[in-house]
Amino acid sequence: MKKAAKRIYMGLVFLFLYAPIILLIVYSFNSSKSRGQWGGFTLKWYAELLQDRQIKEALYFTIIIAVLATIISTIFGTLAAIGIHNMKRFPRSLSLNINNLPVLNPDIVTGVALMTLFISVNIQLGFVSMLIAHIVFCTPYVILAVLPKLRQLNRHIAEAAMDLGAKPSYALRKVIIPQITPGIISGALIAFTLSIDDFVISFFTAGTQVTNLSILIYSMAKRGVKPSINALSTIMFLTVLVLLLLINKKSDKGEELLL
Amino acid sequence: MRRRMKLLAYPYSAWMMIFIIFPLLLVLLYSLTSGDIHDFSSLQFSLQSYKRVAEPIFLKVIGNSFALAIISTIFCFIIGYPVAMIIARANPRHRGKLLMFIIVPMWMNFLLRTYAWMAILSPNGVLNRFLNVIGLQPLEIMPGEIAVLLGMVYNFLPFMILPIYTVLVKIDRNLLEAAGDLGANKVMTFFRVEFPLSIPGVVSGITMVFMPAVSTFVISGLLGGGKTPLIGDLIEQQFMSDRNWHFGSSLSIILMIMILISMAVMSRMDRNDEKERKPV
Repeated sequence: MKKAAKRIYMGLVFLFLYAPIILLIVYSFNSSKSRGQWGGFTLKWYAELLQDRQIKEALYFTIIIAVLATIISTIFGTLAAIGIHNMKRFPRSLSLNINNLPVLNPDIVTGVALMTLFISVNIQLGFVSMLIAHIVFCTPYVILAVLPKLRQLNRHIAEAAMDLGAKPSYALRKVIIPQITPGIISGALIAFTLSIDDFVISFFTAGTQVTNLSILIYSMAKRGVKPSINALSTIMFLTVLVLLLLINKKSDKGEELLL
Repeated sequence: MRRRMKLLAYPYSAWMMIFIIFPLLLVLLYSLTSGDIHDFSSLQFSLQSYKRVAEPIFLKVIGNSFALAIISTIFCFIIGYPVAMIIARANPRHRGKLLMFIIVPMWMNFLLRTYAWMAILSPNGVLNRFLNVIGLQPLEIMPGEIAVLLGMVYNFLPFMILPIYTVLVKIDRNLLEAAGDLGANKVMTFFRVEFPLSIPGVVSGITMVFMPAVSTFVISGLLGGGKTPLIGDLIEQQFMSDRNWHFGSSLSIILMIMILISMAVMSRMDRNDEKERKPV
């Protein structure tokens, strides 16, 4: 009885979580443009999607920004984390508090603050400003992912390496970095997902020339429902699902990785 | 060694100054001045825009944002806590899978998730077609507050479930058994032992839901249709269409301060709770 109640409850919650997504997928194959009616099976929205120059361009910008922001903020954040870790107590906690600001502040405040900065110093809003903004909000997460690994590190190992004649830069590359690699990888993963999914900060810093997928979906949805968005949702959902299944299969620690 | 490693942080310190501190100071500056935003010499100290925030229409908007955010947080908690508990108590072999099903929707683009609800709730959307078929009156949920609320709960529910789950799954089962052995029934064990131990998770769940909910402009823009603007909508308007940066900046500063206060209160609650527990 109790078990059944639990099952029903979980079922309802999953229904709530998945019904909208499944509905979008179903309607992406609906040949009737109106949402309430089923006009027969079609792939024409997918064809339309493939021909849509706007969507292709937005996809291009989304991916290139995410890749660049991930690479830059991972390197930048890892070095900064090593530096912050070796600071004295006061400067360290000060740096960490400032570093936490973009994490704790609502996205909209970070977004308008950066937009204000770019416009005040006459940086044209566009690709560069959006990339900078993404690095600004991704790097703190990389630092937060790397720091715990640095704390677990045995300080004496790096010192031993240098006693044995390694230069500090060599010790960094051969001794410290390999030991904190899990932290760096999870930092990079967080940065990538945040960047690829970001809407609010991009919205304020992208200007009118550059659009990423989120901004495009927002402006399309504001104008009304367009069936090709359904097709886009379906493709994105299936991509995410396949990726997650792969990650889950590949590592026994799939659960940890996802969180 | 330590001294040299420290140098690695300096470029980032400079970066933080330029791209984290300085922009916020600019917002603060604009909130406290009036004049042409493109000409720094024309800026003059003025509390005009803060006065404007205190006008009844805008106070109502701020109150509305907080009310909606609080209600959606409560709903997320009521729905999410049992989910976290069920998953934490599930067979460890199934836990990963159940958790993944909670996470998958979160990985889908936030805009698309909200858009999906537009398709369901809009006047000639799926819900009303369905009601029509079974012979009921159509509902006028969207655009409106209920639609915004639904959108918030839908988007942020996983943020409540995950932190609570993370805490619940680590609770030593022996403690619960001990409570039972000492004569507590299941309800008492839950309220006196398990729930208090899970408070850190609840606190971070509440912050993770409340924060994005109170500052959103996407959900209210798409599902509320401008009928019930939230503080996020106001800020967005000031920066994107009205070009009144002074007013927009004051609103941002106020939003920031209110969130910082509520987070401080939450972490205080968390810490108080720990203090109470420690002597025992």
